[in-house]
Amino acid sequence: MTQQRAHDSGKKQASPQETGPREKVGAAVKMIGARALMECLRCEGVEVVFGYPGGQVLPIYDELYDVKDIRHILVRHEQGAAHAADGYARASGRVGVCLATSGPGATNLVTGIANAYMDSVPIVAITGQVPTFAIGKDSFQEVDITGITMPITKHNYLITKASDIPRTLKEAFYIARTGRPGPVLIDFPRDMQTAEIDFQYPDKVDLPAYRPTTTGHPKMIERAADLINSAQRPLIYGGGGVNSADAQAELVALAEKIDASVTMTLLGKGGFPEDHELYLGMPGMHGTAYANYALHQADVVLALGTRFDDRVTGKLDMFARNAKFIHIDIDPAEIGKNVAPALPIVGDVKYVLGELAEKVSKARHPEWRKTIEEWKKQYPMTWKGDGLKPQFIVQQIQKATKGKAIIVTEVGQNQMWAAQWYRCERTRQFISSGGLGTMGYGLPAAIGAQVACPDQVVWDIAGDGSIQMNIQEMATAVAEKIPVKVAVLNNGYLGMVRQWQTLFFKNRLSFTDINVGTPDFVKLVEAYGGVGLRVTSEEGVMPAIRKAMAIKDRPCLIDFIVARDENVMPMVPAGGTVDDMLVD
Amino acid sequence: MKHTISVLVNNRPGVLARTAGLFARRGFNIDSLAVSTTQDPNVSRMTIVVEGPDQVLEQISKQLYKLLDVIKVLDHQDESVVTRELALIKVDAEPGVRGEIMQTVAIFRANIVDVSDRTFTIEVTGGADKIDALMTLLGKYGIREMMRTGRIVLSRGARTA
Repeated sequence: MTQQRAHDSGKKQASPQETGPREKVGAAVKMIGARALMECLRCEGVEVVFGYPGGQVLPIYDELYDVKDIRHILVRHEQGAAHAADGYARASGRVGVCLATSGPGATNLVTGIANAYMDSVPIVAITGQVPTFAIGKDSFQEVDITGITMPITKHNYLITKASDIPRTLKEAFYIARTGRPGPVLIDFPRDMQTAEIDFQYPDKVDLPAYRPTTTGHPKMIERAADLINSAQRPLIYGGGGVNSADAQAELVALAEKIDASVTMTLLGKGGFPEDHELYLGMPGMHGTAYANYALHQADVVLALGTRFDDRVTGKLDMFARNAKFIHIDIDPAEIGKNVAPALPIVGDVKYVLGELAEKVSKARHPEWRKTIEEWKKQYPMTWKGDGLKPQFIVQQIQKATKGKAIIVTEVGQNQMWAAQWYRCERTRQFISSGGLGTMGYGLPAAIGAQVACPDQVVWDIAGDGSIQMNIQEMATAVAEKIPVKVAVLNNGYLGMVRQWQTLFFKNRLSFTDINVGTPDFVKLVEAYGGVGLRVTSEEGVMPAIRKAMAIKDRPCLIDFIVARDENVMPMVPAGGTVDDMLVD
Repeated sequence: MKHTISVLVNNRPGVLARTAGLFARRGFNIDSLAVSTTQDPNVSRMTIVVEGPDQVLEQISKQLYKLLDVIKVLDHQDESVVTRELALIKVDAEPGVRGEIMQTVAIFRANIVDVSDRTFTIEVTGGADKIDALMTLLGKYGIREMMRTGRIVLSRGARTA
């Protein structure tokens, strides 16, 4: 529980770019590589490692056996370790750490690393490797993990000199958390773990070719302010960068000053308080109709820490086609990748927003606001029909948690309903696999989030398909007394694929009905040692949620048997435009 | 549109794979590639020739900069450069045509670097056009084997990358 103190120390956290690790620099001390790794983790302020032991990390695990100030959480599958580190990082804003052995241990991390890469999440993955003399000989459990992860890491390392260990760790953590955050992998051959080194942790990194730009160009910021001042129908479209820069306060200040409505992507959720009158919900495929209409009509769109993903834009050349874009992103490669902005600004969203807010003039756009309000009235978010509806369940969870819980999701319909119906108030509150869309992400990520924030309530909104992809992590939650709550919206389908088959493949439900074979989740969770509940009617929803909320020492899963054929609406079909939007 | 790009990178293992892999992942076919160390032994220079639309190339250049080991990326599109390739060409050289081939070689300021009773091996350096032209001329004698290096490029004048 040491993590809690660090996180809740009451000190307002600076932007992650500036948050340095605890430095500990002294005279060199002799020790083996595995112990040096522990020292490095301490110097970086790491308090928890999600891992799974194996042959080529035995010396590291032997060190972990004695370490008291770094909590090791034993997962039940290495993919769970990567997702848990990812969930931990998103919930805390710190670098998540996962550890696995060579070969299959390392390859099992791959999906989790790719997931963190797509969503720009800072994690450091440490893998064991066969001894350096055995590399390249197809040794037992040998795999070229640096080769495999080259396209899905921000950077990776193979340690071939034990004396490089401190520098490598220092760089890895620095690279993971600065600039556009992302995963870094360190492949750690076993003989490097046992070799003796003179340990001294470097006090700074020497990476001349790596200098992320955090301050936006003053001229461009000035011009952006002019463009905003000239706007009649301004709109703000924010993404994950708003959350990773912790820029909610700056965003609210700017939006209020210029009277611009705000739409936030799936990864941006929580970056703007959702009960704010300027909030429009999510844009894109399953966004609100009014957010999409507003994008379509806006004359100036301020795009913040976002990459114009196809799930947001639909048909690219029709996206917000009446607007000039101001694109602010810390990654220069995102500027102009999908759309050509009128004004590109490379920099940290928090910094640039702060500067912009000072330079823009206070404005009011009553006509434009009125138009948007009319769309809100005309196309409200709603659902129809009888039976136990997934939307209702998410709404009840919202009610029971007063909108303060950390919401983690799996991937599919459950994810979209969670995004549409849970209204977040703060940054780092909504944790979901956006870019990669990894089924099985939710439960291990929820475990990571709960470990990062032990005082928060953490819900995993799940489907009956994706929960089964990493259900083994129930064992982790039970063993570590992690009280995550899982709401399975059980419709007996791989629901999102079923929805596409219904809408676009003449309802030919090819291999999406999983009712037969799906286990009794209540019994399953009880077999693990958690608490299982089942709800089949609306009346049962709130009592079950309350019962789950009262459990503090183990996981609880509620199996909600929901209306089978519910679709996620509204929907802009893939590659479509706002004119193609289906509303029910 | 063909682009010649110079990429200055840290001289470390795996950097070539990272750089070349990035081109493949973004759907670019590398026409030619030459790598060597530079006056600074810690720095290698890659000259890469690729074909693709300007806008996509700009994206590639930005993605290259994201690699930790990439120091500088230079597209030589709009500048005056010195460009060289080298080729080795093993050509059929029957007694009756040897004189003719030697004259062609002389005109191109190429060199015959190996001789057998049936073949000449010719070394030629220059721009791509010159090497193409020599290849065409030698084609009628029968080229048995040939190998070209990737293009290498430096800016003209005092300018450096």
